[in-house]
Amino acid sequence: MSAGVRTASTDMTPTSSKRSVPGASVLFDAPGPRARRRIRIASGISIAAIVVIIALGVHQFADHGQLDAAKWEPFTQWPIWRFLLTGLLGTLEAAALTAVLGSALGMVMALGRLSKVRVIHYAAATYIEIMRTLPVLLMIYVTLFALPAYGINLPLVWKLVAPLTVANSAAFAEIFRAGILGLPRGQEEAALSIGMTRGQAIRLVVLPQAVRIVTPSVVSQLVSLLKDTSLGFVVSFSELLFKGQVLSTFNHLLIQTFLVVTLIYLVVNGSLSTVAHRLQRWTARRTSRGGKPGVAAPPGMALTPMIGEGHHE
Amino acid sequence: MNVLLDNWRPLVDGLLTTLWITLVGGVGAIVVGVLVTAARVSPVKVLSGLAFCYVQFFMNVPLLALLVLFVFALPEVGLIMPLLTTAIVVIILYEAAYVAEAVRSGINTVSLGQAEAARAIGLTFLQSLRLVVLPQALRSVVQPVGNVMIALAMNTSLAAAVGVVELTAAAQKVNLVSAQPIQVFVGAGIGYMALALAIGLSTGVVERKVAIVR
Repeated sequence: MSAGVRTASTDMTPTSSKRSVPGASVLFDAPGPRARRRIRIASGISIAAIVVIIALGVHQFADHGQLDAAKWEPFTQWPIWRFLLTGLLGTLEAAALTAVLGSALGMVMALGRLSKVRVIHYAAATYIEIMRTLPVLLMIYVTLFALPAYGINLPLVWKLVAPLTVANSAAFAEIFRAGILGLPRGQEEAALSIGMTRGQAIRLVVLPQAVRIVTPSVVSQLVSLLKDTSLGFVVSFSELLFKGQVLSTFNHLLIQTFLVVTLIYLVVNGSLSTVAHRLQRWTARRTSRGGKPGVAAPPGMALTPMIGEGHHE
Repeated sequence: MNVLLDNWRPLVDGLLTTLWITLVGGVGAIVVGVLVTAARVSPVKVLSGLAFCYVQFFMNVPLLALLVLFVFALPEVGLIMPLLTTAIVVIILYEAAYVAEAVRSGINTVSLGQAEAARAIGLTFLQSLRLVVLPQALRSVVQPVGNVMIALAMNTSLAAAVGVVELTAAAQKVNLVSAQPIQVFVGAGIGYMALALAIGLSTGVVERKVAIVR
């Protein structure tokens, strides 16, 4: 417990005690009087620059009449928001489908790439390397224009989800593979030595720990995936950006509509990113704190008693 | 292969546009990204807060939404640039956030003693950043920045969605005329894969060249 408290406090202040001076960091000492004056001047200049830029922007907006109350007033009304929020629902639906299918396929590919069977290894590696270096939009064009020519006409939502799944599965595969490779070898060896098959070892010992390690990266990938669903704009799937486009052709309020759409993306993705960030700090703290019952203990600690028991039998 | 040979002109033009966006966008993103990182780690609270907001904003808003905003909406307030320029500017602003994150992680790997030694010999913050910390940080982030560059190359295809005729758009146009989707799209795909491979290989070369032998 005390170890936990110590880690938490060192999180807040820089590492050694001599630099726990407020305002100091790795790159600069606590500022003295001259440095403080220089920082104040720099702050003043940058604030002035920001104010000037904002003023110019506002002036530009006002000049073109984009600040008129009439142009923003529609966005105080519920029907408009309901229209955009249905779009957000479409975005979340596409993202959820892609996340589930993409991570499942990614897991299969990661295990395939780590397989001892050569054919499977090369097949998975080829798949991952190719799909990682193809733009998503190109894949979407394939489902939009190429597949129908061969009689494969996917339903609208799959025209978006299928290419996104393929593209993201490669990213998920690399994340999972990194997690599995990041685990100490001893974990799998120990599992094999107590008589598990390789499948059992991976399923029961390696994967549960690997997945926990890579959870923050998976959540960051979810942010990127959610951003990718904006490509629904191209396939006319009713997600947020497409809905914004439809709305703007009706109300001719291009700037206002797309600014609101941008804001919604910012809020949704920002909260997801915050979750990823928290998870990352939490994982880092937990692994540095040492084993806690019920969660993955650091490899070294978990291993010792297990081997000891084996000897006794 | 015939379709590709018969229509080599638009396809090569598209490929060149893609290369141009990747090149200018890549250089621009690295420059802006390093500047944003410098602001992010500076002792001036206003600047570091601003840089933080910059990174958060561009990492959480889809590139396509930004492209649509800049290409279709901002001309309404008089911000009009040529289409290709707009696309490149948006891509630079967007990818710079990712470069900034990569470089910042590099700064964290530079050992504390380096910055302390720089201060001890009397370098100011900007001097120690420019002469001591950044040169080491940049060397350690060649690989991550290379990955950002590959992502940037892939993202240039989004410019097709707002009307820039680069490789993806060119492929689609040729496909409309020739109705040979497989050959055309596989051809374009190979173009992108070659580009990613080239970036990946040159990243490796640069990394070996600038590596610090300890």
